[in-house]
Amino acid sequence: MKRLGTLAGLLFLFSIPLWLGNFYLLHVLIITGIFIIAAMSLNLLLGYTGQLSLGHAAFFGIGAYVSSLASLGFAVHLLPDWLVTLDPQPVWLGMACAIVITGLCGFAIGKVAFKVRGAYFVIVTISFAEVVRLVALNWDELTQGPMALNNIPPLSVVIPGLVDITFVGKPANYYLVLVFAILTYAIIARLVRSRAGRAMIALKENEALAASVGIDVTKYLVLAAVVSAAAAGAAGALYAHYVRIVDPNVFLFIYTVTMVIMVVAGGKGTLAGPVVGGVIFGLLPEGLRSLAIAPEVQWIVYGVLMILVVYLLPQGIVPALRAYRQRSRSLEPQDAPGANASARQAMP
Amino acid sequence: MDQFLQHCLNALVLGGTYALLGIGLTLIFGIMRVVNFTHGELYSFGAYMMFMFVMLLHLDFFLSLVLAMLLGIALGAAIEFLLLRKLRGADIDTTMLVMIGAWIAMQNFEQLVWSGVAKSIKTPFPSSPLVIGALSVSWNRIFVLVVALGLILCTYALVNRTRLGRAMRATFQDSDTAALMGVDIGTIYMSTFALGSGLAAAAGALLGPIFVVTPTMGDLASLKAFAIVILGGLGNIVGATIGGFILAFIEELGAGYISSGYRDAMGFLLIIVILLARPTGLFSRKERIG
Repeated sequence: MKRLGTLAGLLFLFSIPLWLGNFYLLHVLIITGIFIIAAMSLNLLLGYTGQLSLGHAAFFGIGAYVSSLASLGFAVHLLPDWLVTLDPQPVWLGMACAIVITGLCGFAIGKVAFKVRGAYFVIVTISFAEVVRLVALNWDELTQGPMALNNIPPLSVVIPGLVDITFVGKPANYYLVLVFAILTYAIIARLVRSRAGRAMIALKENEALAASVGIDVTKYLVLAAVVSAAAAGAAGALYAHYVRIVDPNVFLFIYTVTMVIMVVAGGKGTLAGPVVGGVIFGLLPEGLRSLAIAPEVQWIVYGVLMILVVYLLPQGIVPALRAYRQRSRSLEPQDAPGANASARQAMP
Repeated sequence: MDQFLQHCLNALVLGGTYALLGIGLTLIFGIMRVVNFTHGELYSFGAYMMFMFVMLLHLDFFLSLVLAMLLGIALGAAIEFLLLRKLRGADIDTTMLVMIGAWIAMQNFEQLVWSGVAKSIKTPFPSSPLVIGALSVSWNRIFVLVVALGLILCTYALVNRTRLGRAMRATFQDSDTAALMGVDIGTIYMSTFALGSGLAAAAGALLGPIFVVTPTMGDLASLKAFAIVILGGLGNIVGATIGGFILAFIEELGAGYISSGYRDAMGFLLIIVILLARPTGLFSRKERIG
């Protein structure tokens, strides 16, 4: 029954480009999907290990830049007489580089998180994102600065004699993002339900106790940070090869804030939370735009909603729904099935 | 050499306002444990109030400065009352998210009201600068430095010499015990937030006429204020003052001798380096939170 529902949901998601004629809406869905991947990755850090990273846009942006630069090639002077050049590489290799390099950045941030916690960790991550943005803005030779990287090639997969696909156009990219989103969801679900996931939750709930029963706090924190950063980097690379232009604005704090709203509103520490929050806050700007109000007002609505969510649904939408269902059904305690039911309804 | 002295002189002026920003934030952060993202908005609020009073209502420049600061205090008190009062005792992430929401809403409200076009403010000071040897500094900047130093001294005296200040320090050390000794924590929190906000608004009102006023001017101000707080140690007014000047000198000299494009990156690199090397701040002997 559960599997049947999941299958029906996935079939529905895969069928969307077949009947949705409106390419603009499809574009909105693609961007929403990319942000959902980023939000899911943030949730791993914020929801499962309890570390609020407000520099998540940095991983997203680094992924976008690394993948674009690898596939465009570059020539850059590291020292006045030391020229480093890279010829254009296949796009899939660029994306792989993006995932590896953002994973390494995640490793560094995870190590830092062990040293500074709470508000200080937040400020270190913000500073990290801001430094990376300023480098992207000022290192013209590598990043073209505010001129942006243009003509980024789309992703193409070529296996001689078997496959030859280039992901241009909306439907192809929709499927690409959908597959990546499902993969990310599956990886994170697998991770948090494993021993490692339980260890992460334990250290979020009570770090001293977790350490005292022998959980290696650093190891799991770093693991979560690496997976989280790599997934955000993959989302950034998808974004770069879809919109095919990247400028330093991908590092802006507001993108991190968008991801945080998605996670917190949907329900941090739940698998379905970022997906539900992502769908709502990904589509909300379009809804507000169709009401033809100024962008400033949209952002004011965003900010006010964020405050209201914290006040009214401090746990997020998914846990609130789950609690409501539990109350309305019976006194019998339920755990995992409820989570999966809401996840099924909300998959993008 | 002259160039170096000129950079130092500029840094001194900038450092005064940075110190104001840092002191305001260090009080709020230290006493209330709130990561205050609206701090930068109070800074730009001060600058916009200055613009409104001087350029639109044609009030006296010095009167406008006082009014801008008073309105900053009032706005800070309102934010504390409306948003933070109900969240007392909530964890630091929760209040931080509320403050981020408030920051987004306030900044875009400013953009809606004043539009994104940068505004400039006229000053009553003579346009020819004060020239000492090879150095020159505008009268306006001297005024800013003097007022900033005055406000820093007043805040220091308020915290160290008055009843209210003693209650604030007690709350900083241990809010539960302070409450048991009859300190009204609610009032202390509100006055702390109002005072910190007033200092941020004063910094904005002082710097607004030197630079131009834009809705996003507060973003960097917020982050720099965080850098100063970390530099000086939590709740440490002297540390924040010195931290403000250190940041200004690093930025000014870094922009002058390394690269002006990376001017704003200096502060962030400083945060990262200091937190990794000395997580309690340079001048703090207190336990850090978090």
